[in-house]
Formats: sequence, structure tokens, C-alpha cells
Amino acid sequence: MIEGLFNYWVVIILMMAGLYVVMASRHLVKKIIGLNIFQTAVFILFISLGKVSGGTAPIIADGFAVYSNPLPHVLILTAIVVGVATTALGLAIAVRVYEAYDTVDEEDIAALDAEDQQRDNAVSTVTDTTS
Amino acid sequence: MISTQLPAIVLLLTLLSAPICSMIRNGDHAWKLAMFAVWLSVAAAFALMSQVWGGTTLSYHMGGWPPPWGIEVRVDELSALVLILITLFGALVISALRESLRTVMRSHRHSLYYATFLLCMAALIGITITGDAFNVFVFLEISSLSTYALIARGRDRRALVAAFRYLIMGTIGATFILIAIGFMYMVTGTLNMADLAQRLPEHADNKVIQASFAFFTVGIALKVAVFPLHYWLPNAYTYAPKATTAFLAATATKVALYVMIRFIFDVYGVEFSFSQMRLDMLLIPLSIAGILLGSMTAIFQSDVKRLLAWSSVAQLGYMVLGVALLNTSGLTSAVTHMFNHAMMKAGLFLALAAMIYRVGSSNLRDLAGIGRTMPLTTAAFVILGAGLVGVPLTAGFISKWYLVSAALDKGWLPLAALLIISSLMALAYIAKIVDAAYFQPVPDQHQNVRDVPVSILTPVWVFALLTIYFGIDTRMTAGVAERVAQALLSVAS
Amino acid sequence: MLVATAVTIIRTRKLMSAVMLMGFYSLLCSCIFMVLDAVDVAFTEAAVGAGVSTIFFLAAIAIVGRTSKPTLPGKTVVPLIACIATGALLFYASFDMPYFGSADAPVHQHVAPRYLEDSPQEVGPPNVVTSVLASYRGYDTFGEVGVVFTAFIGVLLLLGAGTRRSGIERTAPGDTNDESMRQKIVLREVSDLVIAPVLVFALYVQWHGDFGPGGGFQAGVIFASAIFLYALIYGIVPAQKLLPPRKLAYLPGVGLLLYAGVGVYSMLMGGNFLDYDFVAADPHDGQHYGILIIELGVGITVAAVMINIFYSFSERSL
Repeated sequence: MIEGLFNYWVVIILMMAGLYVVMASRHLVKKIIGLNIFQTAVFILFISLGKVSGGTAPIIADGFAVYSNPLPHVLILTAIVVGVATTALGLAIAVRVYEAYDTVDEEDIAALDAEDQQRDNAVSTVTDTTS
Repeated sequence: MISTQLPAIVLLLTLLSAPICSMIRNGDHAWKLAMFAVWLSVAAAFALMSQVWGGTTLSYHMGGWPPPWGIEVRVDELSALVLILITLFGALVISALRESLRTVMRSHRHSLYYATFLLCMAALIGITITGDAFNVFVFLEISSLSTYALIARGRDRRALVAAFRYLIMGTIGATFILIAIGFMYMVTGTLNMADLAQRLPEHADNKVIQASFAFFTVGIALKVAVFPLHYWLPNAYTYAPKATTAFLAATATKVALYVMIRFIFDVYGVEFSFSQMRLDMLLIPLSIAGILLGSMTAIFQSDVKRLLAWSSVAQLGYMVLGVALLNTSGLTSAVTHMFNHAMMKAGLFLALAAMIYRVGSSNLRDLAGIGRTMPLTTAAFVILGAGLVGVPLTAGFISKWYLVSAALDKGWLPLAALLIISSLMALAYIAKIVDAAYFQPVPDQHQNVRDVPVSILTPVWVFALLTIYFGIDTRMTAGVAERVAQALLSVAS
Repeated sequence: MLVATAVTIIRTRKLMSAVMLMGFYSLLCSCIFMVLDAVDVAFTEAAVGAGVSTIFFLAAIAIVGRTSKPTLPGKTVVPLIACIATGALLFYASFDMPYFGSADAPVHQHVAPRYLEDSPQEVGPPNVVTSVLASYRGYDTFGEVGVVFTAFIGVLLLLGAGTRRSGIERTAPGDTNDESMRQKIVLREVSDLVIAPVLVFALYVQWHGDFGPGGGFQAGVIFASAIFLYALIYGIVPAQKLLPPRKLAYLPGVGLLLYAGVGVYSMLMGGNFLDYDFVAADPHDGQHYGILIIELGVGITVAAVMINIFYSFSERSL
């Protein structure tokens, strides 16, 4: 049983590690790193599904009879692309946050937000043409 | 030929005009193209509805491969209704978009903005019509990415933080859904939703499927913003650009709810979701908490945009409650309210956008006396607000009526009473706005405010009139919803 | 090994090392994919995880700074609980999972056999992953190109297109008169040697996807990496002269439209969307041409999007 499930357990630990970084880290970029770890762990899970012992890569050729399952590979190719797209957009937002707040630390941002909130409430007429 | 290709066409219209839009430098031309595309897709959505009217299901095989090998697109009455919701309300918002963007963005950025908008719409359409579980994930990500970008465009810097938080939450949610799909695939070997539905019952005792269900529920609850996973929503709605909020409030969470209904009832099956996993025990308390918390918080807001955002948390609670009550009236109310609330909230946010367009703020202090300076806009706002409260002859009344009768069917009198109380709370926060609009003096600096141009006013009034229309003629909303509810529930029994 | 790397990433507060470790982690993952027979995925993970996304991270860090503060003590409780709950659920599920590598697992029974047995006749390419990706599940791949395109539009909307040339030319670190650049003479010589083969390799991967691992997506990423390399050595300005952002900004859309064009064409010829059987008179040729063109569309979109995003980031860091 240990051998049969060991692969999954490693994946689970990686997922937990990634998820922890996402939620606990204060630095926005580090959160995205965490997301990457989390997603990659899921990718390994999918690919593990496709493996057949003694199989070979699913490229049809003479001399091989057992191939691993190609479908998870296709799904994960797509998911990797989705992941990098998310990363790029997330980093872009993080960069904009930095330009607006001069920090990418979540606690600092929360403090600055609180100031914004107070200012909103204090000024009787907000003159900016918000969005 | 066109009629058989409609499921692909309804998606392609928006998806293909997005890249073309992004290439057009002139914002006005891009807008015209976007308008052309979305109104055509409205027509396509209605045409699809007429094809499936009465309960037929269309199946379209992408690439010509039969399911489960290829990807299947399925359209039934429920998805056709959601299609109409997305395209019609999206089209109305886009109609108002050109005028409202003019003040905030330089012209060459407009094209990109429309392109993002179209992508988001296309993705939501894709989610609605697909019959393949993994395909849901792909389109979910397109819609999410475009939503993050749209929210981050808000003027206030807090929009960026809101977008970032939403990105983190949304990606976790999507990855959870991906895990759930992976687990289902692990046990059944298929990704097609209809095929899954057939194969899952025999594995109901499998721990992998149970975990899959848990991951799916958490993941989709993040997207629907079910209490307590709603916390991204108020900020995202408040700081997003004003017209964007109208679109998102109408569509994004509703489509997520649609996915939730689809998977819980069609894929996992009623038997498994409710009898075995006891999902109702989880969702009923949570949705009630969401309704109460959302309404309470809304009452104490001084910013109308934030007030409406919190009211959305409460209203989503109604829909989830309708799902969880698990009887025909409840499910009918959930589906009807999904449509009605999308219409009313989009209208409200759009009317509010019109006010911000003139006044420059959505704070109650600045909206004082707006009923006199902008009479037409405010009148529409009041009609839509009445719908939100659930006044008879408005669309909101219909859905609440079904929900209350669902509670009564179950014999849960306290719940029915609670729903009436929460409606009174809605009355309180709408009355607060009406009070400011009509009974407060106009601040000096806003004396010269006038009504908005026709191009914004027309969509706002269309929303208002539709709210009344669907309060009287319910064939397309409650009628469809009732058939859908019966079909969804009968699968199990 | 993976776990150790992941834990180090959590512990380190230096973002630079976190990003480098992230790249290393991706490389390890791609080795695992290789061992698990997923050559295409390994290829992509290496190119994306260790290549493109590391570059994006570096570009972002160059802007936002390199260190992060430690988490406040009270703030670790909730994440920890959530993580443990998730982990526990996964462990619970793992006991019913089919054993790793077993050939009789349900995944290998239902849908997959047809791909393996019939795809050479039905679709053509010996690489089954390509067949499934481009034909059976071509609609998913179309959506995937849509995702990449959406990211592109989103970054463009947020950061701008990287076209603000004025004023930057003076300060660009890659300026040829820059003193530090002269010391990189070795780097430049090496890169001159490397970039051309990399570009050729990208084209090879593009067309070879039918037979070996590879295809439009991998080719696009490799092509983009070559440009990144060029930009890192020579500076962003010469790179932008080579591939002007203004023109490049059209290409992602062109790729997507090319992909969709094949689909629409097959619809006009009487088939369903993306049914390549209708692309040519003979279904077998149709599949062949269809896959070739859509892979090209994927390649164009991916390469152009990656380079565009890179431009947008580097524009901000100057």
C-alpha cells in the first residue's frame, strides 16, 4: 500500500506547502510563488494518474505495446498554460500595487487602506471621479 | 445550416470579435464592432432558447468527435436561460459603456477594455454551454482572468488590492475545482458531464469521489461568494470601474451558481449530493447567515456602491438557499432569482454608474437630492430598488414568492418569517437611498447636475421596464425555471 | 527533494532565492514528468516553469523589491488549519485511489484506449498527445489560446504596451555605450552563438510536434526565451527594434484568429467547429493540415504574448 500511494502523499504534502505560502505570506509576489507550487503539485497528481507501469511515452512506434495514458498529459499542458497566464497577470497587478502603495506587503497595504477609508469618511465631498 | 451550428456561433461571435477589437486603435469603431457582436449573440441566445423550448436538449460535437472522446456542447432550457441572461444584460451594459468610459480613459485604451469585456462574456457563454468538465475549468479561467483585469482598472488604488485578493482566492477556487475534476476522472476515466453522471453513482462510496465533491463545493462556493467565502466580493464590486460592476454583478456569480447547480444535480446527482453528503445541512445555515449578514451590513453603509455589493451577498444567499431547500419551489426560486437578480442588480449598478458619471461619487452625502437633479435616472433606480425589495408586480416579487412557498412547503414557518424580515431589511437600505435622493437638500456643488445622455439612460430604463415586465409575464423566467427544477429533481427519484 | 525545495521556499525571506528555487523546483517537476512518461508535459514545464515564469518573476521582483517581512505570529493559525484540513481530506481520499502505475485503473479503461488505438488512423500523428490536444480536444486547446490571449490583454490593460520609448533610450541599461556592458563581451559572444540555434530549434519543435514531443505551445515559449535572452544581453531597446512592440501587439490576435479560422472554415465546409475532416477533400489530409495550422496559431499567439508581457514588465522597471 505504501508503495502504491507514496506518490500521492508527496503530492499532498506539496499542495499543503503551496497553499500555506499563499495564505500565510505577506508578500504579494511570494503568494504567487505559493500558487505556483500548489498548482504544480496538482499537475503531478494528474500526471501520476496517467502512468502505466512498464509503459512508455504515448508516441506510437513499433516495438512498444504499453503506452501511458495521453489524456492527463493534454489536460496538464493546458493547465500549465493557464498557470503561467495567471502568474503573469498576478505579477502585473502586484507591480501596479507597488506603484500605487510603494509596498507589496499585505499588512502595510491594509494599514494604508484604513487611512484611505478614514479620509473617505472625513471629506464631505469626494472630488475624484472614481472609476 | 445556421440553426445546427448555433451553439458554436453564440460563443464565436464574442470570442472572435475580442481579438479584432483589440487590434482596432479607434475606440469608437471597436465599440461599434462589440455592439454588433453582442446584439447578434443576444439574437443567437434567443434562437437557441426557441429551439430547446419545452425541454429538448441540443448536443453539438466540437471537432466532430462524439463524446466522451471529443468535447460536447450541450444546450438545454437552463443553459439557454443563462445564455440570455449573459448576452442580454451584457449587451445592455456595453451599450452604455462608450459614454461612461469617455470621461475616464484615453480613447486608445477603450479598444482593449471592450476586448476584455467581450472575452469575459465569451468565457461565461463557454462555461454555460459546455458539456465537458475540464472545459468548464478552461473557460472559467478565461472569465476569471478577464474579470481580474477589469476590476484592477478601477480608479481607486484599492481596486488593485481587491483584484489581487480576488485573483488569489479565485485561483485557489479554480484549482480546487481542477482537483475535483481530476478525482472524478481518476475514478471514472471520463470527463464528459453526461457520461460522468452515469458512471458516478456506482462509486458513491468511494472516498475519492467524496473528496472530489468537497473540493468542488469549496471551489465553486468561492466563486459564487457563498458566506463565509464572500469576502472578496464587496471590495471587488466597490472598487471596480462602475459599468464593470454592473456587468459582473449580473453575470459572474450567476454563472458560477449555474455551474454549481449543474454539477450538484446533474453530475454528482441529487441522491449523492443531498442524501449521502448532506449538502443541505451545510448550505442552509450558511445561506441564512449570508442573507442576514449581507442585509445587516448593507443597511449601515454610507457608500451606495458598497451597499449594493453587500446586498448582493444577501441575494446570493437567497439563491443558494433555494437550491438547498431541495424542492421544486425552492429550485424554481433559485433559477428565477438568478435571472431576476442579475437584471435588477445590473440595472441598479448601471443607474448608480449614471449618477457617479454626473456627481463623481457614490457616497450618500453626494447623492442627496439627486431625485430632483436627475429625475429620470433616479426614477429607474427606485423601480429597480423596489424589485430588489420584492414589491408585487416587480420581478423580485416572483422569485421571493417561490422561495417563501418553498419554505412553507417544508413546513418551516420560522424560515418563511425570516425571509420576510430580510425583505424588510432590504426595504430599509433601499429606503435610505430614496430618502437621500428625494428628501435631502441638494448640496451646493451639485446644483448644476442634469440627467445623463440618452445612450446611458436608455439601457437603465430597459432594465427598469424589464423588471416590471418579468414581474407580470413569467413564462420565460419562472415557467422555464419550474420545468428545469422538475427535470433536475426527477433525475434522482 | 521536491518537498525540501518547497519547504526552503517557504522559509526563505529573500525573494530572489525563492524565485531561483522556484525555477529549480519546476525543473525537478519536469524530471518527474519525464519519468512518468509525460514527455510533452516535461518539455513544457521546463520551458515555462524554469524559463518564462522565472523571467516574469525576476522582472517583477526587479520592480517591487527583494525581501519580505516575516508573517505575524497570530496570522499563521488560520492558514495552518486550512492547510491541514485540505491535507487531511486528501489523505482520506488517497486510500481509495487506484495504486500508482496500475494498468487496470479506471482512467486507462474508458476513454483513453480509443486515443491510443485509433488515433493513428483517425487523426494521423504518431504522437498521441498531439492528436488529442489538437483534434479530439481541440476545443480545449482553443480555450487555452484564449486564456493566453486574455492574460495578454489584461497585462496590456494594466501595464501598457511597452511602447513609451521616449526618455528611456537614455537610461536603458542595455545601451551599447554602457560601461558594464563591455564587460559582458563574453556573454554576448556566447549568446550570439546560442540564440540562432535556439530560434531554429523553436521552429523544429513547431513542425516536429506530430512525431516527437513538441508543438505550437512549446515552440512559442522557446522562441520567446530566445528573445528574452537577446533582450537580457543587449538590452530591451535593441530587442524592441528587432521586434517592435507596436507590431507585435497584433500577433496574439492573429494567432487566435488563425486557430478559429480553421474552425470556421470547417463549419463553412459543412462540418462542426474544428472538424478538420472537412478542411481538405481527404479527411486524413484535412486532419493533417488542420493540426498544422492550429499549431502554428498556438505558436504565434504564445510567442507573441510572452514577448509582449516581457516588454510590458521591463518597461516598468526602467
